[in-house]
Amino acid sequence: MPPVIEARNLTKRYGQLTALEGVTFAIQAGECFGFLGPNGAGKMSTVKMIHCSSPVTAGDLEVFGMDVRREPRTIKARIGVCQQEDNLDPDFSVKKNLTVFARYFGIPATAAEERARELLEFMGLWERRDARIRELSGGLKRRLVIARALVNRPDLLILDEPTTGLDPQSRHQVWDRVRTLRKQGKTILLTTHYMDEAQTLCDRLVIMDHGTILVEGPPAELVRSRVGREVVEISGFPQALVGFMRERGWSFETDTDRLWIYTDTGEAVFTAACTIRGRSTPSSRPLCLSRT
Amino acid sequence: MHYQRTFDAIITTPLSLEDVMAGELLWGTTKGTIGCALMMVAISAFGLLHYPHALLILPFSVLAGLFFAGLGLCFTGMVPAIDSFNFPTFLFIMPMFLFSGTFFPLDVLPRWAQNIAWSLPLTHVANVIRELGLGRMPADLWWDLVYLVAATVPLWVLGIYLMKRRLVK
Repeated sequence: MPPVIEARNLTKRYGQLTALEGVTFAIQAGECFGFLGPNGAGKMSTVKMIHCSSPVTAGDLEVFGMDVRREPRTIKARIGVCQQEDNLDPDFSVKKNLTVFARYFGIPATAAEERARELLEFMGLWERRDARIRELSGGLKRRLVIARALVNRPDLLILDEPTTGLDPQSRHQVWDRVRTLRKQGKTILLTTHYMDEAQTLCDRLVIMDHGTILVEGPPAELVRSRVGREVVEISGFPQALVGFMRERGWSFETDTDRLWIYTDTGEAVFTAACTIRGRSTPSSRPLCLSRT
Repeated sequence: MHYQRTFDAIITTPLSLEDVMAGELLWGTTKGTIGCALMMVAISAFGLLHYPHALLILPFSVLAGLFFAGLGLCFTGMVPAIDSFNFPTFLFIMPMFLFSGTFFPLDVLPRWAQNIAWSLPLTHVANVIRELGLGRMPADLWWDLVYLVAATVPLWVLGIYLMKRRLVK
């Protein structure tokens, strides 16, 4: 099966500023693919070019096998986009936001009503269907934006930083819905700057910075091949330990009062570190994408 | 500007930015026509409109609406921020309002000022509406129509171009 999205040497410049520098990737049907990176890494530029809202500067970008420069309307009819900022229409009620949006896809009014009901129930918003947008909390707004992105039953769902600025409880509700959609076999493109979010939701991801892709792979494999299986954390470490680490050639990191050792053999390292720990307290745990 | 953000969402659907701008222009026109219809009702109550000629004001107000919607879109595409909307209002709209023959006849102005007045779009709109309202249809009304049509088309093209430049990055 051809990939849902295929980018070859994709480049984006805003005047003098290069936001994306020759990026190549492919997203397969049915996978949840993540773009992980800090602000300004080029995630948003990539996403905007995929949903045809921003012109491609150089390189090729195909969605559903179609060139984004040639067939934006056909492509856009088949994707659903949840943008970073809440751009719901403040003049309409919750339900009307969905039904009006459905009309932009040419969905007949009666079908739009049915679909709005279905999606509001799925997102747990049916009780609030007549509420005004400004009466909704941040979490509810985000859920409504996701519901709106699903109104055309898209073959590809784009979630651009879906949980940025949400409280932990709302984040988990959003994650839960995204997992359900993933189980239903929906192709999802997710951008995030939260490592734990990428780890929980994505089948495969790329880590981006300064407009390039640094690494690509399934989250667990990325950690294993790049860093190690386990991390030993030592807070209040003695300077002697740093010399000890260098001697052994172990990979480690420090900040002002903590030291992390990345390893495949946590047990041995843990025991060794304990012998020269001074007054510090070591702890060992399996490694995942997020460290804190 | 919350409208821009709503646009951001709309253009992720099969609609393009041009479609959205055309929709805004037509809605501006519709508002103009509704306003005109309401004014006609009010003025008719004083018996100042001569029918059936005055009925032609309504379709004419659609043309005038298209023109001013296009002008508004150009201003929107040009102003640096929403606070600077005062500049086109004070520098263009207000003087045009006063010197378009709406409040006093243009004959009292010196020749050069009259020429400037006739270059303003509102002068032509006011002239057509006055003549139709008084139940007259002199042949030179066609010139006013030609002026407005000829000015509306480039304004639409320019307005959509400016908005694309502003919104598409």
